[in-house]
Amino acid sequence: MDTASQKRSLADAVMARSGTNFKACYQCRACAGGCPFIKAMDYPPNAVLRLLQYGMTQEALTCKTIWVCVGCHTCSSQCPMGIDLAAVMDTLRLMAVEEGVAIGSPHILDFHEEVLRSLERYGRAHKLGIMLRHKMSTKSWFKDLDVGLKMLAKRKLDLWPSKVKDIKEIAGLFQCYWRETS
Amino acid sequence: MSQISQMDFSYFPGCSLATTAVESSLSMIKSARILGLNLIELEDWNCCGSSSASTLCKNLALAMAARNLSLAPAGRPLVAMCPRCLHYLRSAQLCLRDDGETRRNLEEQFGRPINLDVEIIHFMEVLVRYGLNRLGEKARRSLKGLKFVPYYGCTLARPPRLSRQKYFQGEMENILTALGAEPVTTALSHRCCGSFLSATDPEVVTPLVNEIIDSAVASRANCLVTACAMCQLNLEIRCTTKTRLPIFHFSEILALALGAEDYEEWFVRHLVDPRPLLQDLALVA
Ligand code: SF4
Ligand code: SF4
Repeated sequence: MDTASQKRSLADAVMARSGTNFKACYQCRACAGGCPFIKAMDYPPNAVLRLLQYGMTQEALTCKTIWVCVGCHTCSSQCPMGIDLAAVMDTLRLMAVEEGVAIGSPHILDFHEEVLRSLERYGRAHKLGIMLRHKMSTKSWFKDLDVGLKMLAKRKLDLWPSKVKDIKEIAGLFQCYWRETS
Repeated sequence: MSQISQMDFSYFPGCSLATTAVESSLSMIKSARILGLNLIELEDWNCCGSSSASTLCKNLALAMAARNLSLAPAGRPLVAMCPRCLHYLRSAQLCLRDDGETRRNLEEQFGRPINLDVEIIHFMEVLVRYGLNRLGEKARRSLKGLKFVPYYGCTLARPPRLSRQKYFQGEMENILTALGAEPVTTALSHRCCGSFLSATDPEVVTPLVNEIIDSAVASRANCLVTACAMCQLNLEIRCTTKTRLPIFHFSEILALALGAEDYEEWFVRHLVDPRPLLQDLALVA
């Protein structure tokens, strides 16, 4: 297979895995207009599709946009072609992790892994607790916390951890990528 | 007190409502009970598989959602309040209906059948379906003077594949208006709260949250009411505007209207103390 068709087949793989046909995207940019987090992205959502359409899969896999996307579906509800951009972003994130490419926003991947660790240990996640523990040294979570917020955090952490009883059954579910690399 | 017939539901709290947002759970169970709706916590439930699990491993996310479905007793609907949980549980159910092999493997792993027929509904739908006619009869406090932004965030936006599922557009307004409150509809009520970016990139989320709160202030609202515990948290902790507004969980306001007295323990868990506003409106002592 030549490189061009190899690249195209990667775009096809993204379409197949995300269950989303983005060939219909005609770059109207309604999605970019709707996305609240566009300022934190290196490519607007429509441009990620364009990268894939052009076979620039490496750029798509290593960009920040796929990590910044929170899956709010604001874009897909505005897309005239009914393209599920969030599903495409989901798929690209999974592929980025699987292929071991350089991660566009490593601190966001770190956060998700932190949540997963909590899920594995307790079967449940405690987002605020995780936020507070999350890379406190590198991400300056506390820097912008005033006294009131610190107190709130303390009060809100009182019920942690809430835990699943049959934790063995939960452990049995963790047979994915996570197991192999950690 | 007149007798009302009791109805049983399985209740899936989800991680936020079990911990950081327990005030949302407590007030919801309270208001449901007053209305004769009995929420029975799903025995030994686990995380729905939302966000981080689905980001890193689809199979894990599906299996986590599936375990919850395997714990749901037949014969009563499964109720969730967190829109994310609702969305994940529903997606998993649809997916497992189509994928017999995965379903069988998981059933073998759990040693239990996965309930593919259980109806998964949002608390707001339960209210609309079974509670509306009971609301008037059970209301004890009028919400007059409460000018609220019905803040839905991204909770009503959904992927094209779930576009047919029933959600709860407009229901917050319908229910709270019936109880005397006044909806303010000119604010940014559908702007996403920032989700996990509030933890990883607060500097991105703060200006967006501030716009939401500013729009509410400019629309002369005196509070925001959310359908999602993560929205409530993000709007509170990421706001740096000069004028701050209380952010209520929908169920707190509902329970207040229905005469609940244990609101102190909910409101101390807020960053913006809602009690001065409620005292002004003579809703609380
Ligand atoms: S809104 Fe849809 S069609 Fe328009 S650019 Fe975005 S994905 Fe393409
Ligand atoms: S789903 Fe992702 S790309 Fe779409 S609007 Fe939300 S954050 Fe932006």
